[in-house]
Amino acid sequence: MDNSRPNLLEEALVEDVIGSVKTQKRGRVVVVEDCVETSAAFVLHHFLKRSLQPDSSDVVVFIAFAHPFSHYERILRKMGCNLAVQRKNQRFLFLDMLMLECPDRNGGEAKDDGLLTLYGEIEKAVEIYSSLEGSRTITIMIDDVSLMEVAANGSSNHVLDFLHYCYTLKAKYGCSLVTLNHEDIYSSANTLPLILQLEYLADVIIKAEPLATGLASDVHGQECKDDYAVLPAKNIMAKLWEHRCNRPKFGF
Amino acid sequence: MASSRPRGSSFSRNISSAATSQIPGVKLGPNGTSFLSSGIPDLDQILGGGFTLGSLVMVMEDPEAPHHMLLLRNFMSQGLVHKQPLLYASPERDPRGFLGTLPSPMASKDEKPHERQKPHERPTEQDSNLRIAWQYKKYLGEQNSEVQRGGKAEYCNDFDVRKPLERHFYSGQRVDCISLRDSPNLVPVLERCSAFSSQISKSDSNITCAGRIAIQSLCSPQCDFSDKEWDMLSFIRSLKGMVRSSGAVAVISFPPSLVSPTFLKRWQHLADTLISVKAIPDEDKELAKLLTGYQDMLGLLSVHKVARMNTQVPAILEATTFSMKLRKRRALILECLNQAPVDGSSGSSYGTSSSCSGSSKTGNLDF
Repeated sequence: MDNSRPNLLEEALVEDVIGSVKTQKRGRVVVVEDCVETSAAFVLHHFLKRSLQPDSSDVVVFIAFAHPFSHYERILRKMGCNLAVQRKNQRFLFLDMLMLECPDRNGGEAKDDGLLTLYGEIEKAVEIYSSLEGSRTITIMIDDVSLMEVAANGSSNHVLDFLHYCYTLKAKYGCSLVTLNHEDIYSSANTLPLILQLEYLADVIIKAEPLATGLASDVHGQECKDDYAVLPAKNIMAKLWEHRCNRPKFGF
Repeated sequence: MASSRPRGSSFSRNISSAATSQIPGVKLGPNGTSFLSSGIPDLDQILGGGFTLGSLVMVMEDPEAPHHMLLLRNFMSQGLVHKQPLLYASPERDPRGFLGTLPSPMASKDEKPHERQKPHERPTEQDSNLRIAWQYKKYLGEQNSEVQRGGKAEYCNDFDVRKPLERHFYSGQRVDCISLRDSPNLVPVLERCSAFSSQISKSDSNITCAGRIAIQSLCSPQCDFSDKEWDMLSFIRSLKGMVRSSGAVAVISFPPSLVSPTFLKRWQHLADTLISVKAIPDEDKELAKLLTGYQDMLGLLSVHKVARMNTQVPAILEATTFSMKLRKRRALILECLNQAPVDGSSGSSYGTSSSCSGSSKTGNLDF
């Protein structure tokens, strides 16, 4: 795959922003939503790869609740991007939150400590990165918000606070925020606020949903963008499969 | 990846030649993953090799039938046969009693000709004697598997559900049993699990030993914590984290009707591999007309999610719903649903509507 040719997802993302690619890169909030049948993790991988391109100097702060580093490393390596090297070059900060536990549900103040320290860590990193010279965009990625809720033991207010804090970084440093969440969890009224708030903050919402006709081997689902233009279903999955066919060319 | 997917074509690479690692009962898979056998050869085949090491498998129970026990029993028995450490938790007062019901592995000799065929290629009695071009692969496969079976430890055994596991399999084994009823919360269970997984934890990439964790009916109402949904959720998440960092597979079965809908979705998202089992009603005449071999069916098994580790390419199965049968009333097998060739009302409103798409692709004759 050549990087110069934008695929449909890219086109869709660019066209809703007036102006050049430069302004498009300045701080945006992207909310990715998926469901049990179709995982949208590949969108995160895709963004990760785009921001870590060798010709830019963008930085990614990745907060992983879902998978360990080795998982992402292997995937990105197949996409032509070495995370371990990027980590060494200070362009990729990986925060492994797999075992993060905000203890004691009834403990009052004790439980948000975990998220608070996590935010402190992120803020410090963002501060350091933005103080370095050169124009760079810092992207904060969260995989995924629903697990963060579980880690916070169900207090979605703490998670919302956390996300709002991250949102302030957008104003202050021009950070982008990319979050993955599962849409189908928030079907009942008392769980709605979180996803609604997220969607309110978002500049772009990307939804992955299964095709009504069932799955095919090359078309897996459809993608929906916030201005309700349903992209032709083939875009990303077609890319994946193309990628798979092209793999020998990379010569890993 | 491509090589590990079951294919219908006869020009696919033979999967059974996949490399086996030094650890007994562990098979190397694509993308640096390894597989543990589920104890059911057909399920292994469907999942592309078995349960991925480090994954969390969730089984959604049927509220009325104990079909999930079949899966758990085979899973645990396979572990004991491979001499892998085992942790079993259940809401029973005496979980150790369950060990007495584990099935025993069948002698492999008498069963050979039936083995190692993909579930959708299993021939019916009539055409098994038919040796024509598109069936050569089947015979080749047979020979291969025989060679493999010559080795000392098989990756996956067939289990005889009528015969209890012999005593000597338990001796010198590490089998932990916990009753979920003993404590008002899940903390002690989690502690046991973490102690268990820390003993088998892998040092960086070298797995020394694989472990199995089986938890039966996690949210059953006998347990005191069954109404604390966030606690259970964080238990599952912690367990997932633990299992991921050690060389183990955790299988949790739970009755989905007892979990509230939003939490059910959360549970499903947490699962790496998601399977549901369902009994079929005894005398459903319409269903009997629709599906061939209805009389022999025990129930239906659906695969909703397959663990994707170290890869983002989704696994797309040829069929998602399979029928569970007992071959000769002994060995559990899974078969693709075959629709009976009657009046083609394909849009039937059955719970098994996915069977239509499954069976249409996987007829016995594919030219």
